[in-house]
Amino acid sequence: MNAIETNNLTKYFGAVAAVDRLNLTVREGELFALLGVNGAGKTTTIKLLSGLLRPTDGTARVLGYDLKSELPEIKQRIAVSPQETAVAPNLTVRENMELIADIYGGDRGRVLTMLEELGLKKVEICRAKTLSGGWQRRLSIAMALVSDPKLLFLDEPTLGLDVLARRELWKVIAGLKGKVTVILTTHYLEEAEALANRVGVMGGGSLKICGTPQELMEAAGTDRFEDAFIRLAGGEMP
Amino acid sequence: MKRALCFAKRNLKEMVRDPLSLFFGIAFPILLLVLLSIINGSIPEEAHMDLFEMQKLAPGIGVFSLSFIALFAALLISKDRGSSFLLRLYTSPMTGSNFILGYLLPFLPMAAAQMIVCFGAAVILGLPLSGNLLLCIAVSLPITVVNIAIGLICGTCLSEKAVGGVCGALLTNLSAWLSGIWFSLDLIGGAFRTVAYVLPFANAVDACRAAMDGRYADILGTLWIVCAWAVGLLTVAIVIYTQKMKQK
Repeated sequence: MNAIETNNLTKYFGAVAAVDRLNLTVREGELFALLGVNGAGKTTTIKLLSGLLRPTDGTARVLGYDLKSELPEIKQRIAVSPQETAVAPNLTVRENMELIADIYGGDRGRVLTMLEELGLKKVEICRAKTLSGGWQRRLSIAMALVSDPKLLFLDEPTLGLDVLARRELWKVIAGLKGKVTVILTTHYLEEAEALANRVGVMGGGSLKICGTPQELMEAAGTDRFEDAFIRLAGGEMP
Repeated sequence: MKRALCFAKRNLKEMVRDPLSLFFGIAFPILLLVLLSIINGSIPEEAHMDLFEMQKLAPGIGVFSLSFIALFAALLISKDRGSSFLLRLYTSPMTGSNFILGYLLPFLPMAAAQMIVCFGAAVILGLPLSGNLLLCIAVSLPITVVNIAIGLICGTCLSEKAVGGVCGALLTNLSAWLSGIWFSLDLIGGAFRTVAYVLPFANAVDACRAAMDGRYADILGTLWIVCAWAVGLLTVAIVIYTQKMKQK
């Protein structure tokens, strides 16, 4: 089954098409990276698929449910880790995770599992606001995973992190492959190349090309992923 | 309902773990009580000035302290809006009513705690202990709802910085000047008095003072105005929040 199928999904803000007739298919269990320059429509796509925005036109099925008419079913099965760290600052790490588990009506036992799997056990009694940026991002992902989602949206999860924290988080994200369908947006091309099964390049609100990193490099006629991205995203090669 | 309660629990924790809330909600009213009772002790009896006597002062300070609830609520919501935390919750199965109840409920025990601490301090400072204190706490419920609703509206519409100005400075001053706590509104009279009694603050103070004095028949005479404000503002708050939630 496909986790996501969109059919001419469109979102207008005034006269501007932020997402323009998007046709995207993401397979179940896949780690799919959505790339694009600023304003390409990546975040709007995530907001549409997670029900935060209503499409202007087009249809989409998420985990087999219709985006317009079956949104509550979708919301019960997805999780989003937003671009900025989205944690309750005065709650402890454990309390943050318990809050999300309770909201989804999930198993509190999973909190302990996630604390251990994501290496958060040693900071479980620390308040979220006292954690470093890297640990807050890790907590943010743990909060998204604690509800045992079938589809996880990671919107620029490593933005602003140092190299070590980013690599640590890569391990966490790589560990999700095959277990959860992950839609990852990122500006770091090496991140997409290292983690994703398939990559979609967006530009001007539509999907320019979609394939494995190798297929994208072949399509662009280059052996460097960054060069391939620049060419496919519509930029000029140096 | 379970989701609303989970969210309310989180909001209560956020609030009680914020030193600002504890200072303005608990310590500041006690400070005011102590200060004004000292001033009252220095006023000669011939002045016939009973405004700062504990029987009148305690309900007034209690009601005034509740105006900080609006600040706490507005700060909490504007901070949530400013971060991506709300965005995360908007993608969860939580509904609009879950959010509104979650923001509303934790401030009720917080307000009750403020009143209990305020009256506890007043008893230590000479207020006779009586069952009317409990009635007074119950009578303060509508003005609590008024303040929560103002907090919901401001927190939904304003930024964190603007909330500090509007709820922290403007509202607390408005509630202080127009409540008849610090001076008798009858002494000023005219349009000032009329405006004060159209707004809920002076009516809430009068209702609490009536409860404190055991003048039970007088309570509803002013409390209904506070109740009307509470219902009106809460309705506006729910409409605005729901609209903003759709626009996220």
